[in-house]
Amino acid sequence: MTALLTVENLTIGFGNAAPVVDDVSFSVAPGKTLALVGESGSGKTLSCRSALRVLPGSAQVRSGKITLVGPDGAAGVDLLGLGERKMRAIRGGRISMIFQEPMRSLSPLHRIGNQVSEALKLHHNFDAKERKRRVLAMFERVGFPDPVRVYESYPFELSGGMRQRAMIAMAMVVRPDLLIADEPTTALDVTTQAQVLGLIKDLQAEYGMAVILVTHDLGVVANMADDVVVMNRGRVMEAGPAELILRDPHHPYTKDLMAAAPEIPATPASRSKEEERDYILEMRSVNKTYVLKGASAWKPKTVVQAVRGIDFGVERGKTLAVVGESGSGKTTCARMALGAERADPGASILFRAEPGAEAVNLQDLDRAERLAFQRKAQMVFQDPYSTLNPRMRVKDALCEPLDIHGIGTASERMDRAVEILKWVGLSENMLTRYPHAFSGGQRQRLSIARALMLGPTFLVCDEPTSALDVSVQEQVLQLLEDIRDRLNLSYLFISHDLAVVARIADEVAVMRAGLVVEQGPPEQLFYNPQHPYTKALIAAQPEPDIARPINLNIVAQGAGDPSSWPDAFRFDGAKAPPLTETAPGHKVRYHA
Amino acid sequence: MALLRFAVFRFLTMLATLVVVSVLVFVIITLPPGDYLSNQINELRATGQSAGIAKAEFLRAEYSLDQPLWKQYMIWAGFMPGPHGFAGLLQGEFGWSFEYDKPVADLVGGALWMTVLVNLAAVLFIYAVALPLGVLAAAKSKTWVDYTSAFVGYLGLATPNFLLALILFYYGNRYLNLPIGGLMDPQYEGQPMSFDKMKSVLIHLIIPTFVIGTSGAAAMMQRLRANLLDELGKPYVETARAKGLSEPRMLSKYPLRVAFNPFVADIGTLLPSLVSGSVLVSVVLGLQTIGPLLLSALKSQDLFLSAFVLMFVALLTLIGTLISDLLLALLDPRIRFGGRER
Repeated sequence: MTALLTVENLTIGFGNAAPVVDDVSFSVAPGKTLALVGESGSGKTLSCRSALRVLPGSAQVRSGKITLVGPDGAAGVDLLGLGERKMRAIRGGRISMIFQEPMRSLSPLHRIGNQVSEALKLHHNFDAKERKRRVLAMFERVGFPDPVRVYESYPFELSGGMRQRAMIAMAMVVRPDLLIADEPTTALDVTTQAQVLGLIKDLQAEYGMAVILVTHDLGVVANMADDVVVMNRGRVMEAGPAELILRDPHHPYTKDLMAAAPEIPATPASRSKEEERDYILEMRSVNKTYVLKGASAWKPKTVVQAVRGIDFGVERGKTLAVVGESGSGKTTCARMALGAERADPGASILFRAEPGAEAVNLQDLDRAERLAFQRKAQMVFQDPYSTLNPRMRVKDALCEPLDIHGIGTASERMDRAVEILKWVGLSENMLTRYPHAFSGGQRQRLSIARALMLGPTFLVCDEPTSALDVSVQEQVLQLLEDIRDRLNLSYLFISHDLAVVARIADEVAVMRAGLVVEQGPPEQLFYNPQHPYTKALIAAQPEPDIARPINLNIVAQGAGDPSSWPDAFRFDGAKAPPLTETAPGHKVRYHA
Repeated sequence: MALLRFAVFRFLTMLATLVVVSVLVFVIITLPPGDYLSNQINELRATGQSAGIAKAEFLRAEYSLDQPLWKQYMIWAGFMPGPHGFAGLLQGEFGWSFEYDKPVADLVGGALWMTVLVNLAAVLFIYAVALPLGVLAAAKSKTWVDYTSAFVGYLGLATPNFLLALILFYYGNRYLNLPIGGLMDPQYEGQPMSFDKMKSVLIHLIIPTFVIGTSGAAAMMQRLRANLLDELGKPYVETARAKGLSEPRMLSKYPLRVAFNPFVADIGTLLPSLVSGSVLVSVVLGLQTIGPLLLSALKSQDLFLSAFVLMFVALLTLIGTLISDLLLALLDPRIRFGGRER
C-alpha cells in the first residue's frame, strides 16, 4: 500500500546550533496509526509539526522532503515547498492536529461551537445551518451527552477530558486524511486517557484516516499503533511494526524505555504481614469541607466536601499510597497530613515521631510543637520546575531549611548539604549552580535533597514523578526507595498512576469523590480488586504489551459517575456505603 | 440579563464612590488655612477699606463659610438646607466663584463641553493610532516595522507635550494654515452651534488632539504590542493556525480578542490622566477647557469653583471605569460567567 504521508531525511535546527531533528524518515499509510515515541527533547513533536509547517518561528527546516499523496491517489506534493495559500488548505483540511494541553489549546473567549464550526467554514462550502448540524452530530459522536449545550459553552466550563473531546471533534469534523495527535492524553487522568484513546481508535476505524500519534508512553503505543518510530535526541533509533518492536526491541534505547515503563507486575509478590502495627501517622475519621462563596451575595454558599471519612495510617518505614483522579481529594489529604490544612472538628490526625513516643495531634499544635513537627515531616512536590526558586543557588536552597530552624553553623550546614547531595546522586560541584542548569530529573533530586536536609522521618510525596519522562521517573522512584530503606523513612505517596504506586507502596488507598473506595495491600488490590472504580483504574492503565489492550467496558463502567455504579457500590448523594473489610487488611466501600 | 444586573450594581457603586470622592475633595480643598473670603477680608482690613468688608462678611454668611466644616460640606453637597434651603450639587446648584464674582455654572458652562470634546477626541485618537500600530508591531515583531514604530513611540513619550504643542503650532500654521490657539474662531464665541462653528471647532481640534494624545498613544501601543506578543505564544494560537486560518484572520479573531482586555480596561485610567495632564497644554494652547480654570481656582482658594471642577474630573473618571467594566464583561465570558452555575 502506498504511504499517505512520507517524511524523508528531515533535518531541523535552531539558528546555527546542531540540528534537533537529524535525518529523520518515516511514513504512514492510509487508515494506519504511526506512533512517534521518545522522551522530551527527542524531536518527535518538531518532526510531526513540520508536516503542517507550524514550527516555532526560530526553527528552520534545513533539508528533507515531506510528501502528501493527493486525494484519490493523485501525485504527491512536497509540503515543504508548497505556497502559503495551498498550505492553508491542507492545514485543518487534509491534515488536522490535536494538541497536548486541552486546557490551553482552545481560545478562552470563543464558544466551543464557534471554534469547531470554524474549521468546517474554512474548508467546506456548507451553509451555516448545515455546518451546525454537522458539528452537533460530531459532538454527539465524540460522546457529549448534550451537544447543544456544549455548542454554546465556553472552554472554561468544560473539564479537561471534555475539552480534549471538543478538540477531537474540531479535528475530525472536516474529515481529514491524516490526524496528528501530539501527546493527546498526557495531561489527562488515566481513566479519561483510556476513553479518549478509545474514541480516537473508533473514529479512525469509522472514517479510515491515518493517525500520527506522538507520545512518550509505550503503553499508549501498544494500545494504538500499527507502526512505531522510536526517537532519541533528534534521530530515529528504531522503526518498524509495533508488534515486532514491542515484543522484541533491538536497539538498546528502546530496551531501556521498555524496562523503565512502569507496569503492574503479572504475579503478586507475597509479603509477610505482621500483626502489630506501628503507625507514624494516623488519620482517623477525617473530614474536610470547603465553603465556597455563592455567585452573588444573595445566593446560598456552596459546601464542597473535599474529603469524607478518611481512616488510615502510615506505618513506620513503609509507604502508604493514595491514588485517585484530579479532584478526588488526595492532595487535600496530603496537606492535612502535613498540618498545612485543618480538618473539620472531630478528626484526629496523630503523629508519633519515635516508636512508642507520645503522639501529637496535628489538629491543635502550639508554635513549639508545630516547629518540632515540621522538622520531622517534609514534602516533595509535583513540579520540580516551579518549586525551586530560580534566583537561589542550590546551596542556598538546601541550607535554607536549616537556616529557618537555626540549626548548626554555616560550615556545618554546608557539610550536610554536600552529604545529602551525594545521597541523591548529585555531585558537590553543583552547589553553586542555579536550578535552571539542571534537568527535570535532577531538579526532582534537588527537591528530595531539600526535603531531607532537616533529617525528617516522614515524607509526603505529592505526585513526585508525574512531571518527568519515563526513564527519569524510574530513576527517581528507585532513589525514593533507596532512601526510604536507608533512613527508615515513611512515605505518604500521592499519585494518579497505579503502576507507579504498584512498585513503591506497601498499602494503597483508592480515592474517588473525596471517599476512599478501596484500601488494602497492593497484592490484594491489584489482583483481587473489588470496587468497579479500582477495576477501571487498573484496566485503564496502558501496558506496553500488545496482548493486553485496554478493556474500555470496564473503564467506562467504573470511571463514570458514582451514581452509575452497580447497586452494591452506588453512592446516593451524600450517602455512601460504609467501608467494609472483605479480607484481612482489604477494605471495600460497598453495601454488604 | 446578568449583564443588566451587573450594570445596575456597578452604577450604584459608582454613585457611592462619587459621594466618598466629594467628601475627600471638599476636605482636601479646605485643608490649607483660610479661604478666599477671609483672605480678602484680611486684605481689606489691612488697607482700611471697610466698605468691602461688609460685602465679604455677607457672602461668608450667604455661602455658610462661617459654619463648621461638616455643615459646610452637607450644604454644598445638598444633603442639608443652607440659608436658602436645599441648594447644593444634588439640586444642581454649583455655588459661586468668588474670584470671578459669577455663579460657577455660568463660568464653566461652555468649558465643560469643550473639555469633554477635547478629551474624547484625544481618547479616540489614542485608540485609533495605538490599535493598528500595536498590532502591526506585534505581528511583525523584531523587524524594521517594529523598531520604527517603537522609535516613533518613544519619541512621542519623551517629548514634553507643551514643546510639541509649540512646534506643531508653528509648522501647522506655516505650512498647513492651521489656526493658532483657542478652540474656535473668535467670531463664533458665544454664538449658537452652527455648521460653520462646528467646522471651525473641528479644525481647531486637530493640533490639541495630536498633542494631548501622542504620549498616551505611544504608551498604549507598547502595552498592546507586549500583550499581543504574550498571547501569540499560547497554544490556542497554534490550534488556530493548524486549522488553516490565514495569519491576519487568526490574529484578529483570537489573540487580539484576548489582548484587548487591558486595552479596554485602560479607558478608565486614561480620562483623568488626560484631563490633568492637559492643563499645561491648555494653558499653552489657550484652550477654553476647565484645565486653566482649575489651576487659577486652586491658587486663589476659590472653594466652590475648584471643588466643582475636581468633582467633574472624578465623574469623568468614574464614567470611564464604568464603561470599561461593562465593555470587559461584554468582551470576556470569563468575567461575565465567572459565577455561572454548571
